Amino acid sequence: MTEFRRQIKDPEKESRIFLFRGRLLLFFVVLLMLVLLGRMAYLQVFQYDLYTLRSERNRTSVEAIPPTRGLIYDRQGRLLADNLPSHSLTLTRELTDDVKLVVARICMLLELDAACQEALTERSFQRRRPFEPALLVDQLTEEQIARIAVNRHLLPGVDISAQLLRNYPGGEALSHALGYVGRISEEDMRTLDRRAYSGTHYLGKTGVERFYENQLHGQVGYRKVETNARGRVIKIVESELPIPGQDLELYLDAELQQKVYALLEGRRAAVVAIEPKTGGILSLVSSPGYDPNVFIGMLDSSEFNKLRRDPNLPLFDRASRGQYSPGSTIKPMLGVAALENGVVTRDYELQDTGYFQLPNDDRLYRNWKRSGHGLVDLARAIAVSNNTFFYNLAYNLGIDEMSSFMRRFGFGEDTALDVNNARTGLMPSREWKKATQKQPWFPGETLSTGIGQGYWLTTPLQLATATAVLANQGEWVQPRFLANKETKTESLAKKIVNKKNIQLKDTENWKYVFDAMADVMHGYEGTARFSGRGAQYRIAGKTGTSQVYSLSQEKNTTKTDLPEHLRDHAVFIGFAPVENPQIALAIVVENAGGGSTVAAPLARKILDFYLTPERLAGKESNRAP
Amino acid sequence: MPRDFLWSLPGGHRDLRRKEGLLSRIHLDGWLLLGLLTLMASGLFVLYSATGGSLDATLGQASRFGLALLGMLVIAQIPPRYMQRWAPIIYGLTLLMLLAVLLLGINAKGAQRWISLGVFRVQPSELMKLALPLMLAAYLARCHLPPGWKNLFIAMTLMVIPIALIAVQPDLGTSILVAGAGLVVLFLAGLSWRLIASFFALALAALPALWMVMHDYQKNRVKTFLNPESDPLGTGWNIIQSKTAIGSGGLHGKGWLEGTQSRLEFLPERHTDFIIAVLAEETGLVGVTLLLTLYMLIIWRGMLIALSVTDTFSRLMASAVILTFFVYVFVNIGMVSGLLPVVGVPLPLVSFGGTSSITIMAGFGILMSIHTHKSMAVG
Repeated sequence: MTEFRRQIKDPEKESRIFLFRGRLLLFFVVLLMLVLLGRMAYLQVFQYDLYTLRSERNRTSVEAIPPTRGLIYDRQGRLLADNLPSHSLTLTRELTDDVKLVVARICMLLELDAACQEALTERSFQRRRPFEPALLVDQLTEEQIARIAVNRHLLPGVDISAQLLRNYPGGEALSHALGYVGRISEEDMRTLDRRAYSGTHYLGKTGVERFYENQLHGQVGYRKVETNARGRVIKIVESELPIPGQDLELYLDAELQQKVYALLEGRRAAVVAIEPKTGGILSLVSSPGYDPNVFIGMLDSSEFNKLRRDPNLPLFDRASRGQYSPGSTIKPMLGVAALENGVVTRDYELQDTGYFQLPNDDRLYRNWKRSGHGLVDLARAIAVSNNTFFYNLAYNLGIDEMSSFMRRFGFGEDTALDVNNARTGLMPSREWKKATQKQPWFPGETLSTGIGQGYWLTTPLQLATATAVLANQGEWVQPRFLANKETKTESLAKKIVNKKNIQLKDTENWKYVFDAMADVMHGYEGTARFSGRGAQYRIAGKTGTSQVYSLSQEKNTTKTDLPEHLRDHAVFIGFAPVENPQIALAIVVENAGGGSTVAAPLARKILDFYLTPERLAGKESNRAP
Repeated sequence: MPRDFLWSLPGGHRDLRRKEGLLSRIHLDGWLLLGLLTLMASGLFVLYSATGGSLDATLGQASRFGLALLGMLVIAQIPPRYMQRWAPIIYGLTLLMLLAVLLLGINAKGAQRWISLGVFRVQPSELMKLALPLMLAAYLARCHLPPGWKNLFIAMTLMVIPIALIAVQPDLGTSILVAGAGLVVLFLAGLSWRLIASFFALALAALPALWMVMHDYQKNRVKTFLNPESDPLGTGWNIIQSKTAIGSGGLHGKGWLEGTQSRLEFLPERHTDFIIAVLAEETGLVGVTLLLTLYMLIIWRGMLIALSVTDTFSRLMASAVILTFFVYVFVNIGMVSGLLPVVGVPLPLVSFGGTSSITIMAGFGILMSIHTHKSMAVG
């Protein structure tokens, strides 16, 4: 074909092609329409009997078989969450003419009050696949089963089925670590894969139960059955068994957890303990807790509302979501930063006269001991928790360097691998203040940051993590519940933060700071020397006080005059043994005053409990029978 | 002679020549209009039953039909040469809106399909069902046909971009319809048989390779796609129920408003995509045959119009409109009766829903404009 001919349109040929192909398509259209008609005729004439039968028997033709939820164990194989058989009452809406009447009868038979009746009615109208039974009441007693069975003829669509229900043997002590499963709500339904959850009535709402929901849940199975008009199964046509959920083994130590919870009784407090080598969370306690078993088989929301209205906030996880000023507990980390930056040296000494002053500023920034500590070096400043030294240190380090170095310890972000919904705390910086408060950074704020007050907020989980990193001499571990490191999930992958290890030019500085922290516990003037006395191993610790209400520095009001909810929080961090850290922990006790009087003694009891002679000798102790 | 027989059918060219009368003056085709009105009326009857006797929904649908008819009337007044001229602008704007949907669309039922234009919302993928064939027909009408490599490449690009944009929304049903419209235009413009054959060969050869590199979960998805009954809790449920509804209808059906499958709420999506199952259950094979015949008559008439026009743009556009209409019918009924995998395609002018009815009727507006203006230009 020449270039010339390509330019010219050829209407003759074009029409020929078009008319031929157009008719060809029309022919195929007719053919395909006949195929459709043939298909319909096949279904409606040849398979009429089959489908008529199916249509008549079309009651619960497919039943979902829910998978068994995975079990949760602690580090020594003790059960933390298991499943117990229980009888529950279900209602299939389509098999009843008057749902409200049937529910009213159920309530009468089971002697339930009006609030329950309302909740049950709501449950029976929950959205689901047609002919899928709705769960109304769990944990029926023998007597209740008997009553329902006798009155069966009055209750069309009602059935009693056996199923497994979640059970938490550890109760309150483990509530915030494990979380709990709760009934699938209308709201959950909207985001859930309804296919995967057909037949399942509960799902993880908080904690480990929530974070590992996909692993714990397993895969739904089904059973195609033929039933008669009354819903009795006549024949199983085919079935596929469900795949049970995966069992999880956690780093948690159930006994330690119980011990810590008992120690915190009557207080609003949180403790997080981490194994520095692995990042494994040995204990995560928030007090007061709640009994997670209450949410299972709960008939109405009154119990839940009672917990929600409690002024001590038992549903609030203080350990991962409570945000507190760290107080003096961050002095060891700041000391490391200052040594690394050359702002102070190990030999540097400062004469403390009881206060620090900024150049060209009259204001006095006072030490907690008004007369001053005299000549102090960094080690002594940590041991006695001298503020003047750290005002000076912060002033010389500057907010920018302080903020960026503290971020390397994980402050200001959520570094936890599998703690559901942990908060980030707040590491203040010049940019942060400009962005959120539209104000420049003031030098005085650098000073308060230097003693862990001011804008700085941390969660107990963050403090414990930073302490573990400190104990590891800067080597990073992300705190985690799950002991099985092979498990890779999408939600885990999302939470991996690649923190760089903190490498010091002079690694002796780690030992120097550790010795200073040991002096806090064992030194003759350490702030927690009464808690360190008589220990069989060396503890590195640091006390702190988190200010709730700022008293004027010049007035002589004592803190005990304040109402309880305005009193300071007691804070403590520490790890032990200093030479070979096996446990790093952080403690916050709300409105309890100073860290040395309340938090440090608690820490000593926890460490004594965990560091048994076997563990100290390098063996995993096993207290369980 | 068979040909004479065809032409003497109602709607054959003896009728095409008749130009006098009110309908011609307002650029409508009587036979087509009659077919569409009959279809709409029967659609409303089925819908009334499928919605469980909801007069509100049925009247709402009727008013949407009114709007769609009005739209058709307006579009029929526009001479095809204007459509040809505006095609690039319409296509360009629709493409922009598709992009906008991707970036700032409204999320409904897990897919982004709508964008908000002040007071009302538009679904650009729906517009694309007309914009793409318009653009392709206008472009190919200026080329030497059958198209050379360069023209073909440009036409393919014009096609692939909007289809990909719709597929990622994700809206498989609409992207199939848009692709269908585009392929019809290319095929009728004279895409060489050799190319068609090699394309099929390539696709067949690529399948096993694709299967090898797919993840397990993707393979599973394909498997349930091909055999929905292996997944009786998910999509399989719909197909099992719709086949039961159709099959139990038998020859005469269970009677209007008497279908147990739909009454007892076994049948999902019964007033939208699965509405043919309601018709099949209640009126049996008789009703289904009547409906399919009605569809066939409309398509026959439309194809006759397309075959009788002489300019390239008009004939390509007319065929695209009418064959897309066929694809709707075929994919929908094929899916509900279990011949094809489940894809969200409504049954035209019967399924509940305004947007698709309006696009379909706009397409028929174009068809009527092509038919009536041709007659005038020639006469």
